[in-house]
Amino acid sequence: MSTIAHTQKRGFAGTVWDYLTTVDHKKIAILYLLAGGLFFLVGGIEAMMIRIQLAVPNNDFVSAGLFNEIITMHGTTMIFLAAMPLLLGFMNAVMPLQIGARDVAFPFVNALGFWLFFFGGVFLNLSWFLGGAPDAGWTSYASLSLASEGHGIDFYVLGLQISGFGTLMGGINFLVTIINMRAPGMTYMRMPLFTWTTFVASALILFAFPPLTVGLFMMLFDRMFGAGFFDVAMGGNTVIWEHLFWIFGHPEVYILILPAFGIFSEVIPTFSRKRLFGYSSMVFATVLIGFLGFMVWAHHMFTTGLGPVANAIFAVATMAIAVPTGIKIFNWILTMWGGSIQFTVPMLYAIAFIPSFVMGGVTGVMQAAAPADYQFHDSYFIVAHFHYVIVGGVVFGLLAAVHFYWPLMFGTMLSEKLGKVTFVLFLIGFHLTFFIQHFLGLMGMPRRVWTFLPGQGLETGNLISSIGAAFMFVAVIVLLINVVVTQVKNVKVGMDPWKDGRTLEWAIPSPTPFYNFKQLPLVRGLDPFWIEKLEGKTEMTPAEPIGDIHMPNNSFTPFMVSLGLFIGAFGAMYHVDDKGWAIPVLIFGLVVTFGSMLYRSIKDDHGYHIHKEELLDDANKGGTR
Amino acid sequence: MANLQTNSGEPKVNYEYRRKKSAEEMRMQVVTFTMMIFFTVIAFAAVGAGFSKWFILPFVLLLAIVQVIFQLYYFMHMSHKGHEVPQFFMYSGVLVGFVTVLAFLTIIWW
Repeated sequence: MSTIAHTQKRGFAGTVWDYLTTVDHKKIAILYLLAGGLFFLVGGIEAMMIRIQLAVPNNDFVSAGLFNEIITMHGTTMIFLAAMPLLLGFMNAVMPLQIGARDVAFPFVNALGFWLFFFGGVFLNLSWFLGGAPDAGWTSYASLSLASEGHGIDFYVLGLQISGFGTLMGGINFLVTIINMRAPGMTYMRMPLFTWTTFVASALILFAFPPLTVGLFMMLFDRMFGAGFFDVAMGGNTVIWEHLFWIFGHPEVYILILPAFGIFSEVIPTFSRKRLFGYSSMVFATVLIGFLGFMVWAHHMFTTGLGPVANAIFAVATMAIAVPTGIKIFNWILTMWGGSIQFTVPMLYAIAFIPSFVMGGVTGVMQAAAPADYQFHDSYFIVAHFHYVIVGGVVFGLLAAVHFYWPLMFGTMLSEKLGKVTFVLFLIGFHLTFFIQHFLGLMGMPRRVWTFLPGQGLETGNLISSIGAAFMFVAVIVLLINVVVTQVKNVKVGMDPWKDGRTLEWAIPSPTPFYNFKQLPLVRGLDPFWIEKLEGKTEMTPAEPIGDIHMPNNSFTPFMVSLGLFIGAFGAMYHVDDKGWAIPVLIFGLVVTFGSMLYRSIKDDHGYHIHKEELLDDANKGGTR
Repeated sequence: MANLQTNSGEPKVNYEYRRKKSAEEMRMQVVTFTMMIFFTVIAFAAVGAGFSKWFILPFVLLLAIVQVIFQLYYFMHMSHKGHEVPQFFMYSGVLVGFVTVLAFLTIIWW
């Protein structure tokens, strides 16, 4: 293997094989983006079906049972299979470049994390074709899910278990990378905010996913192997699931929002041409939000009957989170204050994010007051709240990142004109859909309801909400057209396409070489590339002479390890039906998985070196750098 | 992780210093090792003496926690420089675990 092999043109099959076996963080990022984008579209179609069903009273577009499956899959897909993988994709694409690393710490594990997520997600979605999807809500409360017939919940448990392994691996990998692989001079307090939020979000993944894993295992054994952890008749307790789920579930929403905060903290300084206001307080707020995220889970369970003392403690802790979040909001506003602002598409999303997210935050504090929450609980007010924070925060962040980092990932620039069309349609659609839902909730419309009756004052609000959803749908279609048009035109934009890049990822030639940095850069402060620009330089000062670079070999093993679990999951699931083939399939799947792991452990794979001479050749041929 | 053996560019100059450090460390390890054996003996003695279980359980758990701390700080060198990040993550994990266990013991009704 040498650089020559990498510059050769590949056929279609060659490209597919390359992506199936890749361990390069940039290619894995593209895989995450593709798979996450696909699941985002699936979740979006489910959302459209929900809004069509609820557009008019007494509608029968879908049956009640199918509606339950749709809302469950909409929530589960959007959280686990769309938002989180898309964020992991951007972390993969950007974070190693931002800290001046040549790859993540464990490239093999990175690939394994992706394939586990992917097979888990496919497994979960296969439920649509194999006898019905899960139907107990994305929280899958045990008393409901244990009573659910068919295999829907089994798909939920096994699919999330597999994809959860992948996410956990991704989180650990990012932690090790950020702790150990920062370029010379890149101290913790010089790390870009997106790297910081990746770091804290990964720490949250590390601590939050084990409770989910435990909960899912208990559920798995309750449903498939006759255990009774949540079965009251057997001396179990159904509330344990709720606690385990929310000990995971609340940090999970911070796993989603913190990287989005990080994206905005990159976008806003870039297009205000100012350094981020209050950098150290931003870091402090990020870490504090991470910690507080573990102390508040019971605010999802105020009506469970925890008692006034527990409710009061969790209410106060929840309200405390508004403080670090407020610090962040003010810092973003003060970053823009007095800057020379460019209204590019990512910046538009960042500006729209601030008021939208504040609205979601304020309704959050309202719900934190436990007595008031007895009124809001399980109403559309809650639906409005979490869509305001997740769409107004995370999805806006993802859309900003798609436009902002597209040139970094693909070397082309998405059309600003079509991007603005998407932005306007999406912003209008978002507020049209969800603002009115606050009032629907206050008027008494319960969450997860299949249909409603005429003459109760709910018709207009629901119709408006459905029209808004259509706007968002069109906005996403325009975005897809934008992507296709941009990639067909294929106009390469080169290095630092936004002209105002501040951090290391913009100091790399475009397309990014597969070894990222020929020489590791010397970091001399926060926003290192900006510092060099202020001194009239166009590239980073190297911190080392040109030398051999050690690279990992591609591997098909991650795919096989994940495939084995995917196959085994079918065996575990159909074992309940007393199918003769179920246990052999389970064993076969586990053999494939552990066999692949054994193969990986026994076979020596030392990777390869790119030699100094080849790197020097590259420099002579390229010429632009 | 930085450790005392590798951070010296001039082995001869620092030889005496490193010798002294190693001797100190060895002494601490012997002391803690003795105490750990002592603790183990006490733990067995406490069970053997037939005290009430409301005394024995918390007492043995306390001894176990002290042993873990000895193990981490004196035998796994967590007292040395360069272990701040692992310490931070371990204590964060302990905190999260503690809050979880506390909640399960207090606010889940049976």
